[in-house]
Amino acid sequence: MTKEEIRSTVLRILGEIAPEADLSNLKPEVSFRDQLDIDSMDFLNFVIALNEELHVSIPESDYAKLSSLDSSVELLTSVNV
Amino acid sequence: MAEFVMPTLGADMTAGTLLGWMKKPGDEVKRGDIIAEVDTDKGVIEVEVFTSGVVEKLLVEPGAEVPVGTALAIIREEQEERGRKMVETTAAQTEPVAPIPPVSPIVRELATPRLRASPAAKKLAAEMGIDLETVTGTGPGGRIQREDVERAAPSKTATPELSGQAERIARMRRTIGAAMARSKREIPHYYLSTTIDMAAAVNWLTQENLKRTVVDRLLYGVLLIKAVARALIEVPELNSIWKDDAPIPCTDINIGVAISLRQGGLVAPALGNADRQSLDELMKSFRDLVKRARAGSLRSSELSDSTITVTSLGELGVETVYGIIYPPQVALVGFGKVAERPWCVNGQIVSRPTLIATLSADHRVSDGHRGGLFLSAIDRLLQEPAKL
Repeated sequence: MTKEEIRSTVLRILGEIAPEADLSNLKPEVSFRDQLDIDSMDFLNFVIALNEELHVSIPESDYAKLSSLDSSVELLTSVNV
Repeated sequence: MAEFVMPTLGADMTAGTLLGWMKKPGDEVKRGDIIAEVDTDKGVIEVEVFTSGVVEKLLVEPGAEVPVGTALAIIREEQEERGRKMVETTAAQTEPVAPIPPVSPIVRELATPRLRASPAAKKLAAEMGIDLETVTGTGPGGRIQREDVERAAPSKTATPELSGQAERIARMRRTIGAAMARSKREIPHYYLSTTIDMAAAVNWLTQENLKRTVVDRLLYGVLLIKAVARALIEVPELNSIWKDDAPIPCTDINIGVAISLRQGGLVAPALGNADRQSLDELMKSFRDLVKRARAGSLRSSELSDSTITVTSLGELGVETVYGIIYPPQVALVGFGKVAERPWCVNGQIVSRPTLIATLSADHRVSDGHRGGLFLSAIDRLLQEPAKL
């Protein structure tokens, strides 16, 4: 997948988790949790959705790298989804 | 005959609006079947029936707001139904079959195939004036979801939806406020807190999740819920409800978990028999409960069966929770954030992940001594997470 495809997949998943959020104003370098009021259950659902859609298993030790849009795209690109 | 009444889904509910019937006269119902959808200050709830039998008559039409306790339908109970069938069989052998009476308009309407749509979708469609017949469902089996209604909505309806949502949140806040004011007025609260060393629980969870697939991972909140459930076995008076000026001990341990709603407000549906569920089962139930709470498809029993409430605000950075008991319950457990704090081990100050647990309890039912034993049990249970 290209970076753009990964970015768009991440945004779509976030949209499903936080349907009320205006993702067009999402700051890509700022934490999702700070911008979208995401709790640990939402975050787990985010990781599960990435796993189901991109077939990637992110270990808990890498959760910090999924904190923002930019860092998520970077991590997912590095694992060659 | 049994009356099916507008249920009370907590001390803060006084009335509900019937959104629709899921059954029609003549339908068989079993205990636990969803019979109606009701709009309450807590959102749209799927209401279960607690009597097995046959729907005899629907007494209230969709759209009506009625007080808690109002009879909504008459159910012919199972035994009566068996008796009636026997009489009919005997009669049929000797008498001609009577002509079928014409059905009432409400029955005719209900006799048409039921449109498969989630309660949240129905509610939103009603608020936005959208005919669900015109909406294409994308959920399982073509079920119409809230998102499908949003997609079907013309852009000009955006403002009415927002105002409807704002009104719903305002109503929920008023309702919560009334219940909490009543709780503070009537319940002599006492508060206790303890700091728990979470190193064993955090380390165990980290190792455990390493072995698990993504879908099977556990959240540490589940350990807390299970520890509370097990501690209640040791101090059972905290697992009671207060009714008619006396505590009534509850046999089941149903933990109400406070879940914030994305649109604002919160609900505290029950994780039933939490003490008897394994951590995996509890995690699955918890995930399902959060999903349905936020999608607006909770069941009435989940909102009325809690015997104690657990609220965890640690993810927001909260250190200590000073909770207000949710009547008719007699206790509430609060958890703050797990944070590295100075901790004394064998005379040495070390850094440990710790958490502050609090108990708000009703002095009419328990005292500080028993409350202290309860918090102590939670602490002890969390030191051996593998045994939870």
